[in-house]
Amino acid sequence: MIGIIDYGAGNLHSVLKAIDRLGFETRLITKPIDHEESITKLILPGVGNAKVAMDVLNNSGLSHYIKEQVAEGTPILGVCLGMQLLLETSEEGNTEGLGLIKGSVPEFKENIEKVPHMGWNQVKDVQNHFLFHDIPENSDFYFVHSFYAKPKEERDILGVTNYGFDFASVIGNEQVMGVQFHPEKSGKFGIQLLDNYCK
Amino acid sequence: MLRKRIVPAIDVLNDQAVKYVQFRNPTIIGDPAELGKKYTEDGADELIYLDTTASLKNQDLKIDWIRKVAEQVYIPFSVIGGVRTVDDFKRLLRAGADKVGVNSAAVQRPELLKEAADIYGKQCVVLGLDAMPIYNEENEILRWEVYTHSGHEKTGMDVIEWVQQATDLGAGEIICTSIHKDGMKNGYDVELIKLLSEKVNVPIIASGGAGKLEHIEEVFKDGNADAALVASMIHYGDYTISEIKSFLHEKNINVRF
Repeated sequence: MIGIIDYGAGNLHSVLKAIDRLGFETRLITKPIDHEESITKLILPGVGNAKVAMDVLNNSGLSHYIKEQVAEGTPILGVCLGMQLLLETSEEGNTEGLGLIKGSVPEFKENIEKVPHMGWNQVKDVQNHFLFHDIPENSDFYFVHSFYAKPKEERDILGVTNYGFDFASVIGNEQVMGVQFHPEKSGKFGIQLLDNYCK
Repeated sequence: MLRKRIVPAIDVLNDQAVKYVQFRNPTIIGDPAELGKKYTEDGADELIYLDTTASLKNQDLKIDWIRKVAEQVYIPFSVIGGVRTVDDFKRLLRAGADKVGVNSAAVQRPELLKEAADIYGKQCVVLGLDAMPIYNEENEILRWEVYTHSGHEKTGMDVIEWVQQATDLGAGEIICTSIHKDGMKNGYDVELIKLLSEKVNVPIIASGGAGKLEHIEEVFKDGNADAALVASMIHYGDYTISEIKSFLHEKNINVRF
């Protein structure tokens, strides 16, 4: 069963609907639950402000729950803001993140391109990762964000997108993964990526 | 690099997708979700639904059809029409819309843009802008003026001053419709789109006037638009979205396939 962390994120329902339609069983996780519940994978959605999101995750005990599950080997996929929360710190509200991947989340500077980075852009699979299985090389995905992930370790960068410069649009380390774009809004290849993660 | 977007606009009246002839006599062309799905499969990058029910008659915003769209369409979509309050934003976003457009209500009360952006983020606050040029005696354009209420009421406001204020407050994208071009099929108002692209730092969706493929090429190349709205070109079956994109690709415009 796919556990979707429900902390009031804006894209929760579109992620949920997409996973449902792929035929996977889902469960919304609003508070820490018993491990008996047979959650095999987690998804951390997210649209909004990093500081606000972390406050909700911390106050509800979900931060602790997520870290515990990941430590036990449960995979997690962060989507958009959910991906940014996987890192150690974010410039958005100067908050600490979950720290599951080493690195920070700086803001795009307006003198490079329009901010937010909004629209379809290509993602280059740099490590032949299973998330990109059955997805053509350099496919487009839909982005909406003003901050971006900057992993400390090169090996944690799985996908790269150019917006004035190359930034990490997909990150991952073992069972921890994150995508900056919205797979649930990226047409058939976005749905394929979600399927790759869930199966 | 970010792709140039092709955005079909779908008019909705009483939960049905309709097309207007000369802004009246709506005829039903299908179900909003089915039509959205069809355009998505043909390569649309995003969809814009204009709920004419709400904007013309001030009825309560209907959300059932929005839910259906959200269930069937896996690309972003905006809903515009009759939005007046932050509560309207909330209802439409909860129903599944990714962005909400506001036009007349923002002119009447610009703070609405800030209130919505503070809660939901700029990326989902779209400013609907209806503009008309003002000419001097030599028939040269002096400036553009803002219109509201589906182009029926002039405000006396200068377009550039308004978009600068609106983007400062929280508008994260602008759909600019040139009233005098709309439905004429003789091209977008490239001059205005170019000016807007220079003056504000948010994406500009050009709307009104597309009749042939070259018009879209022109608004991207000369107007520097981020996205082009298409309606009658595709609703009447003159072109498909994949035809539009193939043409633009041949013209070296960076579009998604």
